Amino acid sequence: MLWISCPTCGERPASEFRFGGELPHVPDSITDPDARNVDYVWMINNVRGVTTERWFHAAGCRRWLTLNRDTSTDTVVA
Amino acid sequence: MNEFVETLLDLEWHAPKRSYDVVIIGAGGHGLATAYYLATRHGITNVAVLEADYIGSGNSGRNTTIIRANYGIPESVRFYQHSVDLYATLEEETGAKIMHSTKGLLWLAHTEMAMRAERSRALMNQACGAETVTITPEEAKQLCPALDLTGGGRYPVLGGSYHPGGATARHDRVVWAYAQGAMRRGVDVIPHTPVIGLLRDGGRVVGVQTPAGPISAGVVLSAVGGNVTTIAAMADLRLPIRTHPLQALVTNAYAQGFGPIVASSELLCYVSQTARGQMLMGAEFDSQPSYSRQSSYEFLQSVSAKVIHLLPFLRDLRVLRTWAGICDISPDYSPIMGFTGIDGLLITTGWGTWGFKAIPAGGEAMAELIATGATPALIAAFGLGRFAADHAMADQGSAGTR
Repeated sequence: MLWISCPTCGERPASEFRFGGELPHVPDSITDPDARNVDYVWMINNVRGVTTERWFHAAGCRRWLTLNRDTSTDTVVA
Repeated sequence: MNEFVETLLDLEWHAPKRSYDVVIIGAGGHGLATAYYLATRHGITNVAVLEADYIGSGNSGRNTTIIRANYGIPESVRFYQHSVDLYATLEEETGAKIMHSTKGLLWLAHTEMAMRAERSRALMNQACGAETVTITPEEAKQLCPALDLTGGGRYPVLGGSYHPGGATARHDRVVWAYAQGAMRRGVDVIPHTPVIGLLRDGGRVVGVQTPAGPISAGVVLSAVGGNVTTIAAMADLRLPIRTHPLQALVTNAYAQGFGPIVASSELLCYVSQTARGQMLMGAEFDSQPSYSRQSSYEFLQSVSAKVIHLLPFLRDLRVLRTWAGICDISPDYSPIMGFTGIDGLLITTGWGTWGFKAIPAGGEAMAELIATGATPALIAAFGLGRFAADHAMADQGSAGTR
């Protein structure tokens, strides 16, 4: 199971947390402002590999944290 | 090669030619159904279906084989009802046995609010041509005698909706039926040939790159499940797809004749019986996106706790096997089918955890789109452009349980 290191509560099981999505990143190649808005709202990198995302410690300190996770193995990386 | 495919089917595998009219990436249900309908309905047979592994090795061989049409928005109900109809006649049409069995689907409600949702679902389904009726707890008990109407004291059954058209079919056989039907008509199905790049000519996609060399194509359709973001990235196409694992389990065999498929949208779980008598159950997809196909103890624990409330006999069975598939979840829980805005590249994706039931209708619609160059009315609402146009097709009937 995935364990997440919370800055307030220490090492806790992922079931205590709520996944808050990857950090939005609109590629520089999109220049049109409307297209950038659409990309920001809807589009996701969804990488197979290391991704930076937000998690909410719902059943703990109820604070947000930022995490690097490898989606190919579902493990936290430094 | 998967030994089952070799022993049960007489299929002649081909080496890829250098060029095709249509190249389909992914020989799962959707890819093969599209090839089959291109050949049978439109006479287009210069088609290759490329598969990275053996055919049906992805989600087509990992789903829980449920076929239903009791969705939450009119566009979905019409689309999935067409799929249910096509499934019902698929054995007749292809001559292949897919072990199709109409069982009925029981959707339970445990609160007054859920009961209201089931009432509106039944009315909406009837208005759009799918048969769904609301039922009382006694009727539910008649349909499924093993049901505990007190829900273990915690989830009392207040009623629910019943969808008589709910069915199951053997998923591998659906894949093989379409593969066989397509190959007999001259389609090349090419397993163990991953696509490692897309050939571009200016903005246009003109073929695919494989370890066996480049293959040029008039049009490329991505029908992959789980890895669509990788394929899309090869064409710099941005998608709103997130990849989540979905887990399922089967128990040892139980007395035949369990009855309908039982689902609960509040408990987020569903149970059915396979042809072998095993009890097959599943729940929600994992909350965090991942490409890992590991199954977890947490899943076993949570789904067991849920289903035992409703079906107490399950507590005496043993878990035989669990597995996971990786699903492309769209933000509105509806599929994404059709043009991508990039010439020569089409997609059929966003099949999340509801792709198996859509195989015939999805394949037929994509075949028509490729053959005519126009989007069929049945899938017009499900284009990728709906997000930019702010017309997301949010479907709670799909998000409830799959």
